[in-house]
Formats: sequence, structure tokens, C-alpha cells
Amino acid sequence: MEVVLALLAGLMVAAAVYLMLWGDMMRFLFGLMLMSNAVNLVIFASGRLTPGQPPLLGAGGKLPETAMANALPQALILTALVIGFGLFAFALVLALRAHHSFGHLEMNDMRAAEPVAKSADPQE
Amino acid sequence: MNSLLLSVASRFFVTLLLMFSVFMLLRGHNLPGGGFIGGLIGAAGFIVYAIANGSQAARRTLRIDPRVIASSGVGIALLAGLSAALFGKAFFTGTWLIAGSIKLSTVIIFDIGVYFAVFGAILTLVFALEEAV
Amino acid sequence: MSWIVSLPLIIPFATAVLSFLWRRSHLGGLVSVTGAAAQLVAAGVLMASTWQNGYTVGQMGGWDAPFGITLVADLLSAVMVVITAITGLAVAVYALSEIDARREELGYHALFHVLLTGVTGAFLTGDLFNLYVWFEVMLIASFGLLVLGGTKAEIDGGVKYVALNLVSTMLFLMATGLLYGLTGSLNMADLAQSVRASDNQGLVTVIAMMFMVAFGVKAALFPLFFWLPASYHTPAFSVSAVFAGLLTKVGVYALIRAFTLIFVSDVALTHQILLWAAVLTMITGVLGAASQNDFRKILSFHIVSQIGYMVLGLALFTPLALTGAVFYLVHHIIVKANLFLVSGVAHKLAKGTDLSRIGGLYKTAPLLAFLFLIPAFSLAGFPPLSGFWAKYVVVKASFEAGAFVAGAAALVVGALTIFSMTKIWAEAFWKDHPDGQEPRLRDIALRERLLALAPIAGLAALTVVIGLFPAPFLDLASRASAQLLDPQAYIDAVMPGGPS
Repeated sequence: MEVVLALLAGLMVAAAVYLMLWGDMMRFLFGLMLMSNAVNLVIFASGRLTPGQPPLLGAGGKLPETAMANALPQALILTALVIGFGLFAFALVLALRAHHSFGHLEMNDMRAAEPVAKSADPQE
Repeated sequence: MNSLLLSVASRFFVTLLLMFSVFMLLRGHNLPGGGFIGGLIGAAGFIVYAIANGSQAARRTLRIDPRVIASSGVGIALLAGLSAALFGKAFFTGTWLIAGSIKLSTVIIFDIGVYFAVFGAILTLVFALEEAV
Repeated sequence: MSWIVSLPLIIPFATAVLSFLWRRSHLGGLVSVTGAAAQLVAAGVLMASTWQNGYTVGQMGGWDAPFGITLVADLLSAVMVVITAITGLAVAVYALSEIDARREELGYHALFHVLLTGVTGAFLTGDLFNLYVWFEVMLIASFGLLVLGGTKAEIDGGVKYVALNLVSTMLFLMATGLLYGLTGSLNMADLAQSVRASDNQGLVTVIAMMFMVAFGVKAALFPLFFWLPASYHTPAFSVSAVFAGLLTKVGVYALIRAFTLIFVSDVALTHQILLWAAVLTMITGVLGAASQNDFRKILSFHIVSQIGYMVLGLALFTPLALTGAVFYLVHHIIVKANLFLVSGVAHKLAKGTDLSRIGGLYKTAPLLAFLFLIPAFSLAGFPPLSGFWAKYVVVKASFEAGAFVAGAAALVVGALTIFSMTKIWAEAFWKDHPDGQEPRLRDIALRERLLALAPIAGLAALTVVIGLFPAPFLDLASRASAQLLDPQAYIDAVMPGGPS
């Protein structure tokens, strides 16, 4: 099962990189989203999979009879998801602002901060 | 969006989801739930309201700037962490005040802070996106 | 103990909350400066405690390592926290002269202190996942600060900055996940032990390389630095000063921490790669600076080239080289933040930062010219300023370690740095203003002038003090480097009970 998840994560990262290299900001963000899901999958798988054994205590805080799943990766993923969500939302707003200022989302054509030199020697 | 049905229903949604969110917040003490999910649910109520009546109306109904709610929430959570100093414990140590069957803890204060932080942050974001489009 | 190490973190966080709630009144700025001063005091206490005991350790929430989150300050962390607080205070004061009411209303001061919280947290944490969280705190605050003005250039710089930093974050998180899968721990001290004991050293090296790339992006290491010169010249001057001073240095700190404590099993490979990356970083940075013609862009590229020196110190991995790296970090943060603040005043007087469009500042503002010369000479490595000693130690260490190419590169890059600083001097200060403008410092309102010049003068004084009396600072740096080369002491300090 871990192997399947590992392969899936690899596939998702590959797809994410493909999207990111496109140069369009919206595709870049989708790629980022995909990548962050792949990363969460990696964390999940690296905590080892134990299906059907939720990390929940019984009534009165008693330990369950069977082994429990590792709860730490789940907590890590939750944290990473929340942070990732916040960052993604910010990036989305930024994309919106960029579209307002530039009229397009081609990252290569955003040259307001680093204008292309008009001639070989701008001082002349 | 201009829909009478949604607009009327959204008022009930706000009330219902706010109550449910408080329930989730308190339930999180011993069972699945807690401040984070509570804040999300509470925010969802206002998001429905904003979709139905516009974000300006939602802001008016909320009365307080969501950014203020979020930062106050963070402040409350911080205070909960700091309160451990009163008991001579390390930062963020959970401390309990048990009087008979009533158990009060700094953990729930922290959770309330998280509730407001999430609630405010989500609404800040959603309103900003609504108004930017 | 636990409060000494957590207070430098709590104070800026609380300041952020308070200054946001008071952002509409003048109190916001006042709270910001007071909070920064308080953080400096707390950092001083932490430094004193760490100097005395070697390590200051706090287990958050009373959960002992390796299960809870540990905050731990060794001398490197403590020094970095003190420098962060000094920079924070200087920039907080300067910001009062620059940041307008609109930016304050958007929460400039709050974001600034969240940034300081993130930076301090990254320096103090002893937990790898917690480091990730602090990186994110820092990142989200820096995103906000970067695009607060909302101009086209700021948005453009923000897009590049956000995109590349998010990718590095993903890589960091994935490497953390894999390391957890390999060792079952996230506590750095615990990791140091279990990574060494791991029987899968091949995977360890792969993970180490992932961390190197992730931290390398943050540190603006060659060839991962492109986001820095694309964005640092766009925001408000206070913002670029604090970015220039602190952000990349968090990356360098993370590299130093990871590659002295955790990944030291294959030094021949990892540190060799770091060495060449450092040499190329120095060279490309300084060449990039030589090709630029804008005050802030030149300074931005110089950040890149200076990062090379610090990483070179780490890559050589000798006691002297690490001493140099630590000393360089301290010197660089002060000087770089100061130069960006100077560029802010120059911008205010000459109405621009494009060197071909400004000039005459020596005639109209001799005081500013003098205050520029101190950090500029220090950056270029003139004796007796702080930069001379920093460069001297790193170069000496590279020749002693037999890395002649690196040492020679460091010397050549130093000479080219002088060229860039001379260019700024000649263009902005010496030649006449092309439009014949002659605004004097006196034309700026007294309050604004004091708020802008006081932090510059303070940081310049610090540069001179470090330059004239380097002995105690070098002593501190060499003690810090001795600690870095002795991971066992770190492990014992964090987990006194031995391995769990």
C-alpha cells in the first residue's frame, strides 16, 4: 500500500512540475496545490499505514484493545494543510491583483520590477 | 447573487451555523471538534450570507471588522499560553481549575482564541476576494 | 529557563496583536517601537543566560523532548536573536519616518512584528516541523509586507518572490516528511542521533540534498537566488531593509544548523557541494551587482554575494571557518540593513534610486554621505571596520583548509565589492544631481529626520565598535562555532535523560 501511495505522490509531483513550468500564474498555482497534496501524501505514507485502527481513545480515556494508527503524521498534515490553505489563498489574491495590474498572468511578461533594457547601454 | 429564497434562508443559516459552531467548539474538549473546525463552521454561515446579500451586508451584520476578530483571537490564545506563568509552569502548559464537577482549563481558552482567529481570518479572506472580483 | 527562551518569541507576537488593534491611532507605531525594545531586552537576557550556561533549553507546554516542542538557544541562536532584535528596533524606528497612514491602517506594524516572531522562532526552535511552521509565519508576513503598497512593481516582485519561496517550502516539507519516515522523530537533537545510527545512509544523503535545496532557496544560494534581486528593490525601504537584514540569514542559519547537527555523516559530499555553491554564489552575486545601475538593486545582488561568504564558512567545516561564518552573519545583518536604510534617505532627498537620475548627495547631505561610507566600507572589507575581520577570518580559514580557489575567489569578490560601492558613491553622492536639485537634509521635518537618521547612526556605530574591538565578538563567534562542532553537547542539553 505504501508503494502505491509513493508512486501516486511521484506522479502528482511530476504533474505539478509540468503545470508549474508552463509560465502561467494560474497553472502555477494549480501545480502548487497538487504538489502540496503530494507532499501531504508523502507525510501520511511515511507515518506507516495501519488501516482500520483510528487513533481514538475509548470512553474514559482508555487505550483501545488493538494497536492505534500513528496520530502524529495526521497532526502534521493537518498543520500543513491549514498553512498551505492560507498561503494558497494569499497567492490567489495576489494572482487576482496581478491580473488587475497587468491584464494577463504570464509570469515571463511581468517586467514592472525588472524592465527589459531598451538598448545595450541604458546610460546613453 | 439575487435570489430571494437564498437571501431569506441565509439568515437562518447564519443563526444555525453559529450555534452549531459553538457546539463544535465546546464538544472538541473531549471528542472530535474544537476551535478550528468551529471557527470554520461559523465562518461558513457568514459566507452563505455574503453570497446571498453581498459582502457589504455581511460586514454590516457582523459589525466588527473580521481582521479585528482574528487578531483578538490570536491575542486570547496567547493569553491562554501566558497564563501558565501564574502557576509557575512552562509556556503553553495546560492548567486546570477544578471546582466540584466543573472543570475549567486554559486549554478551552486557547481553543476559543483559535475559534475567533480562524473565524476572522477566513472571513477577511472571503470578503477580500468577494470585493476584489 | 523555559521563560527566558520563550520571551523573545512571545514579545513580538504580543506586539503584533496590540499594534494591529491600535493601528488607526499613533499608538500603533509607539507600541511597535516599545515592543521591539522589549524584545531586545529579552534577547539580551537570553544571551546572558546562554553565555553563562552554554545552552538555554525550554520544553513548551511541559512536554519533554523528544515528544514536545523544544525551544533551545545555543550561542549561535542567541546571537542571532540579539541581532534580530537590534535590526528590528532600528527598522521599527525608521519605519515611523517612512510608513504612511494607509500602510499603517493595513497593518504594517503588525505584519512587521509577525515577521520578527517568525525569524526569532526559526532561530530558537529545536524541532524540525516547528521550524517549518516558523518559516511559514515569516513567509506569510513577508508576503504581506512585500505587496502592502500595491504598486505594479511590488505586485510583480511579489509574484516572483511568492512563487519561488512556496516551491522551496514544499520541498522542505517533503524532506521533513521523508526524514520522519526514516527516523520516527522530528526533534533535532533526537534526529542528530538517529540519523547517525540509521543504516540507510543513502536515503539520508538524498534527504540532506533536499534540505540543501530548500534552505538554499531561502538563503539565496547559487543557482536558486533569482527571486531576491527580482523583489527586494520594490517595497518600502523599511521593508527591504528588514528583508535584506534577516530573511536570507534565516536560510543560512537553517543550513548551518542542519549541516552541523543532523547531516554530518557524508561531509565529503554535502559540504563539497556547499563549497562550490558558495564560490559561485559569491561570484555571480558580485557580477550581477556590477551590471546593475540602481541603488537598491546593487545592494540586493550584494546580499547574494555575501551569502556566499557565510556558506563558504559552513562548507569548509573547520572551527575557524565556522567562527568566520558566525561573525560574518552578525556583521552582515547590521551592515546590510543599514545600507538599505541609507538608500531610503537618499531616495527621499534625491527623489529616486536609479543612479543615473540622482546625485549631488555629498554636497547637499554630507552627514548622510558619511553615514553611507561606514557600512559601505565595512561591506567592502576595509579595516578597521567589521567587514574586514569577517572577510579576514573566512579567507584565512579557506587558505588554511587548502581551499585555495575559494579563498582566491573571496579576495577577488571583495575587490569587486569595492568597485560597486565606489560606483554608488560616485553616482549618488559625488556627481552633481542631473536635474540640478539640491534638497538638503534640513528640508526634511525635524521629527522625520531624527527618526530616519538615528537608527542609521546607531547601526553605523555598532559597525565601528565591532571593527575597533573585534576581540570579544570573535571570542563569542569561536565559542559558538565550537558548540556547533560538538553536537553531543547539544543533544545532552536538549535531552538530559539520554536517548529515550
